[in-house]
Amino acid sequence: MTKLLASLLLAATFLPAQAATLQPEKSDLSFTFKQMGVPVDGKFRKFEAQLDFDAKKPEAGKIAFTVDLASVSLGDPSFDKELAGTPWFDTKRNGKATFVSSGIKPTGPGKYDVAGKLTIKGASRDVVVPITLSSGVAAGSVAIKRLDFKIGDGEWADTSMVANDVTIKFKLAFSGL
Amino acid sequence: MPMTSPARYTPVAIVLHWLLALAIVCAFCVGLYMADLPFSPLRLKLYNWHKWAGVTILALSALRLLWRLAHRPPADLPMPAWQARLAHATHALFYVAFFAVPLTGWAMSSAKGFPIVWFGVLPLPDFVPKDHDLGELLEAVHAWLAYGLAALVLAHVAAALKHQFIDRDGLLARMSLRRP
Repeated sequence: MTKLLASLLLAATFLPAQAATLQPEKSDLSFTFKQMGVPVDGKFRKFEAQLDFDAKKPEAGKIAFTVDLASVSLGDPSFDKELAGTPWFDTKRNGKATFVSSGIKPTGPGKYDVAGKLTIKGASRDVVVPITLSSGVAAGSVAIKRLDFKIGDGEWADTSMVANDVTIKFKLAFSGL
Repeated sequence: MPMTSPARYTPVAIVLHWLLALAIVCAFCVGLYMADLPFSPLRLKLYNWHKWAGVTILALSALRLLWRLAHRPPADLPMPAWQARLAHATHALFYVAFFAVPLTGWAMSSAKGFPIVWFGVLPLPDFVPKDHDLGELLEAVHAWLAYGLAALVLAHVAAALKHQFIDRDGLLARMSLRRP
């Protein structure tokens, strides 16, 4: 029995690194913006991530991140319905937002800059997302301009009403990292 | 019978009375109008203006209450005792409403997760947590208190007009912006 366990452990040690799996119940994806100076917090309830990462070779790592835009919530059903509409996320035509990494650069112990392409509502922008990685949790935040992605189009494009700056915050817990 | 000119309220009390009367009527009308608007920039703008007005009314009401406590108002004009009691009760209820209406609006903003940033500059603290059901409850309480305040205003105006035009006792002169 002990021998079997030992050989299993040995096998596990020499197995190639497995892609890490996101643990949604331990993860958060939220955002903050300002309307007429008032900070408003929202979150996305559904998102997926594929992470292929080895701390020994961070440059070789890859991350692909997908957000179900219809899962957006400001905590009030009437606002959530509006956010799903055409001027905002237009979830009927644009169900998903994606982030695909193009390069990971270590910047310090447990710190990385993840460069990649963020696509929302058919518009893509190159962004660099600084993250910290500790005990299987990748956390960080990135600032974007909502109008780069036509989020809040038409009459809502007035940034004196709803600020252009949106901060996205995330905490992604992975098993097998 | 010789007409004696009744003592007037102090100039500060008079200015606060009319300023707050105007502000409260405007905030009430905007509140009534904005609640039925569809989700739009106009609705958002009016909500913020309404909140800024409400907090301003609250602050001026605190000033007004302190002034009222520190300065004696003019003596009652001759009138039946029950009318004087009713007038005093109305005034007391006014002061309750001056605080209760803005405070429930403030709490409602916090509960709904849209805290007040006064004039878009000064963030006000939340003294209730973000809670959907609490927000709905406070919305109803805020609305009914505002209707109560509106009813007080109607009674107050009707009584003032009765004094002026039926009793002809010169009551309005006590609160007139024009010096006698």
